[in-house]
Amino acid sequence: MDIFIDQFFNIEIMRKSLPLLITGLWMTLQLCSAVILLGLIGGLFVALGNMSERRWLRWLSIAYTDLFRALPPLVLLIFIYAGLPFAGINISPFAAVVIAFLLNNSSYYAEVYRAGLISVAKGQWEAAQSTGLSPAQTLIYVVLPQAVRNVLPDLLSNTVEVVKLTSLASVISLSELLYNAGMARSVTYNASPLVLAALFYLVLLWPLVRLVSHFQRRLAA
Amino acid sequence: MANRPMLEIVSLEKRFGTNTILKKIDLKVAEGELVFVIGPSGSGKSTMLRCCNRLEEPTSGDIIVDGRNIMAGTRRDLDRMRLQIGMVFQGFHLYPHMSVLKNVTLAQRKALKRSKVEADARAMDMLEQVGMEHKADAYPGELSGGQQQRVAIARSLALDPKVMLFDEPTSALDPELVGSVLKVMKDLKSKGMTMVVVSHEMGFARETADRVVFMDGGVVVEQGTPDEIFGAPKAERTRAFLSRVSG
Repeated sequence: MDIFIDQFFNIEIMRKSLPLLITGLWMTLQLCSAVILLGLIGGLFVALGNMSERRWLRWLSIAYTDLFRALPPLVLLIFIYAGLPFAGINISPFAAVVIAFLLNNSSYYAEVYRAGLISVAKGQWEAAQSTGLSPAQTLIYVVLPQAVRNVLPDLLSNTVEVVKLTSLASVISLSELLYNAGMARSVTYNASPLVLAALFYLVLLWPLVRLVSHFQRRLAA
Repeated sequence: MANRPMLEIVSLEKRFGTNTILKKIDLKVAEGELVFVIGPSGSGKSTMLRCCNRLEEPTSGDIIVDGRNIMAGTRRDLDRMRLQIGMVFQGFHLYPHMSVLKNVTLAQRKALKRSKVEADARAMDMLEQVGMEHKADAYPGELSGGQQQRVAIARSLALDPKVMLFDEPTSALDPELVGSVLKVMKDLKSKGMTMVVVSHEMGFARETADRVVFMDGGVVVEQGTPDEIFGAPKAERTRAFLSRVSG
């Protein structure tokens, strides 16, 4: 029992590694903000492309979402970070992570948006446009608020996935939460920093997961 | 200028693939006139109405509202001209995420660029006209179908349209709620609004319409005063339809 506590819940080691983990957490939060924000915007445009009257735009959007949902994000990340330099394109680790996960993540957000946009009755578009609202105004004021409300649990679930996904950035030595915890582990020869990092993720994501359940129940009611 | 045309449908044609829904329809509606359109389902009457504000895109022909052709011009022009053409739908289509007041002010604010004070005042006037001012803060989901339809009418009226199109406005309503909507339409007519109504409310047509148009198979078969059409229809198809609907 003592060895268990000493190896996983060593308060002294946790305290020592705390500054490093906080630095990592800060990087994780920066990554998440960039990927989530850009993903929410990019995903909307991809979804709109998918519903366009122009065939080439629809095809482009379908090709995009199919490709980047099928490709494992880790493969994408390593290709962008370690593959593109062979073509003379060098990208910082942070940018590589943002681009790789944005491609992946915006495809998932696009599918969620699409489901939401389809769930809004066609009559809403017609009524709004019959009152002289432009297509963009109709989207912004009438359709999108209803669409987002209808798929809020899915948007949130997807966001939880993004936060978890950023831990993959440790593979290319970006000093985010998991990478820094791994460093602390190897320096202290103790697993407690990993447990502490797991706790950080839990504290970050558990409220979000609860919120998803809450919205799901409310929509089902 | 009492009889100048407010809405002119000229040689309107609508095809879906090889299927011709409207065959060179011509129809003039004078200022202040209420034209009531009847016909069996699939006759093209709703499609014709929806072509009048280009919710359905005509294959060919012209739609002229108060002297201006809505088939000409840019997308912006179309948005502006739609302000002059109010439309009321069978399914109401109020915005469920907005209060009644917001429903009536949205297009005033965003399309007409009215100030909030002005839009709110205008909305309350219109809601009063349809007897819904007491529900300004309610949400559409809390209203009966008849109440929702009256709010939808107020939403259109608030934009000061020159003509109002009604696409089966009472077909989705419980029978006891139909009267309240028809009463609002009658008030509107008495205030001089130009109206085109697609509906099966023959009693309302007899009482209120200036002219009844019978459509079948994508053409106007016959038109005349309510007395002429309901009392002494000339065409065989009109007689057959009227005997069917009157049971």
